[in-house]
Amino acid sequence: MSLEVRELTVEIDGRRVVDGVSFDVPAGARLGLIGESGSGKSLTALAVLGLLPDGARAGGSIRWNGRELLGMPERELARLRGSELGIVFQEPQTALNPIRTVGRQIAEAVRIHERTGRAEARRRALEEAARVQLPEPERLVRRYPHQLSGGQRQRVAIAMALAARPRLLIADEPTTALDVTIQSEILTLLSGLVEDAGMSLVFITHDLAVLSQIATHGIVLEHGRVVEDAPVAELLTAPRSPVTQGLLRDATATLWHPEGRDGGLA
Amino acid sequence: MSARRADRRPGWCRRLWATPTGRFGVIVVALVLLTAAVSLVWTPFDPQRTDVPNRWAGPGWPNVLGTDATGRDIASLLMAGARTTVVVAVGAGLVATLLGLALAALGALTTRFVREAVAVLVDILIAFPVLLIAMMIAAVWGGSLWVVIWSVGIGFGVNVARVTRPELRRVLHSDFVLAGRASGLGTGRNLIVHLLPNVAPVFIVQLSWGMAVAVLAEAGLSYLGFGAPVTQPSWGVLLAQLQQYLTAHPLSVVWPGLAIAVTVLGLNLLGDGLRDATDPTLSRRRGEARVHVPEVVA
Repeated sequence: MSLEVRELTVEIDGRRVVDGVSFDVPAGARLGLIGESGSGKSLTALAVLGLLPDGARAGGSIRWNGRELLGMPERELARLRGSELGIVFQEPQTALNPIRTVGRQIAEAVRIHERTGRAEARRRALEEAARVQLPEPERLVRRYPHQLSGGQRQRVAIAMALAARPRLLIADEPTTALDVTIQSEILTLLSGLVEDAGMSLVFITHDLAVLSQIATHGIVLEHGRVVEDAPVAELLTAPRSPVTQGLLRDATATLWHPEGRDGGLA
Repeated sequence: MSARRADRRPGWCRRLWATPTGRFGVIVVALVLLTAAVSLVWTPFDPQRTDVPNRWAGPGWPNVLGTDATGRDIASLLMAGARTTVVVAVGAGLVATLLGLALAALGALTTRFVREAVAVLVDILIAFPVLLIAMMIAAVWGGSLWVVIWSVGIGFGVNVARVTRPELRRVLHSDFVLAGRASGLGTGRNLIVHLLPNVAPVFIVQLSWGMAVAVLAEAGLSYLGFGAPVTQPSWGVLLAQLQQYLTAHPLSVVWPGLAIAVTVLGLNLLGDGLRDATDPTLSRRRGEARVHVPEVVA
């Protein structure tokens, strides 16, 4: 159950936005992809799932358990998505369908891969909602996304991603849109879920402080290239590239001045 | 929002019935449907039976709404005319739905070249008013109800496509469609689960407006002689006939006019109510600008 990305390139309208990225995610590993916005980390994640936007082309190689994902027919890819590869997006606000109750959306994710009946899917949806510690699941699964808080919505998005028990979870800045206390709750939750299920995790963020709480190994990207590839402990104590040093300064600023990066209350 | 567990009706039914306007729309449309159905088996008099000595009877008994120039019972004519109205509204609605959704899907989900081509085609077609389409069809095939159904269906199908297409594009690029694909949803199922329900509110308003215009157009085109033949009971034909005696018997014209006006209002309110009812987030942003409905003259 391992992911091998080799010399991945992504071109949008002839412009190369991901340029020769390589990394491995062995079974059970927790890898962080970190970089400023526009460094190509999200496109890397979308490329793995074959979800690149129209007009984007991927090159290189992405292997999941030895099977090449690039160029795989859409039908086969769809079967892998959800059941083996799951993803949680940054904005829980827009990642849920506004006109369906959250319970139905979780149940939908269950039904896609396990040919269960309606009642069984509903029961499983409740179970999944409880697993992501959605408060009062019986009541909240009957609500619409706009009736939940940001943190609750992100829990629902995680429940949807995990409903079909994927082996690899990609989390694309899942805490960025949330406030600090909710951030750490979601991080603890994700950490626990990944641990319990023995999943692999690829965690995407621009925040080294967040990364240090969840990943063990980090890949630093800049302009679509890998500039540093080291254990997170090393990134924190002995950053080699200027990008990592910059990210570290930002992260320590957050730690000392949690109110804001540019000084805050200091 | 408290969930009433005892209530087994789906949420949108409950929300539709909860507003006075939505309720009015449901009742009016149900009444028209009921009247049309009843007229198949029973009307107070044979709608086409003339009774010259009893011409221009006022409202009373046994002719509840009075009689026309040849002594036909106006109430019976209205009941039988409801059938024509229902056939035209449903027929035009079906044509508009099929054509509109097909054009919108082609214009939103296909390759760039086809999308642009469809957009241009829709922009060209929208320049043709319903009346012009009706006259063109009538010129070739002669006047009949089919003229009304096809002309309003085509005219509004294009309208539906124009409004639904960008909406479909917007939903297509939303995160939850991507999230749906990411959890393994196929294209077809994504369309049914995410895309269509999210464009439904816009689509429903267009459709109900189209059906209301079909009712008006039937009256207008029949009046002009392109629609129902004079032998077929129809609100438009009746209105045209009674209107000739407007100065002498003004009251008789009121009935078909009222029937048309109330039905059109009912269809519009039903569409509005359905739009509000199918969008659970709307309770939060009520009062926000409504979708602009283009003026179409029948």
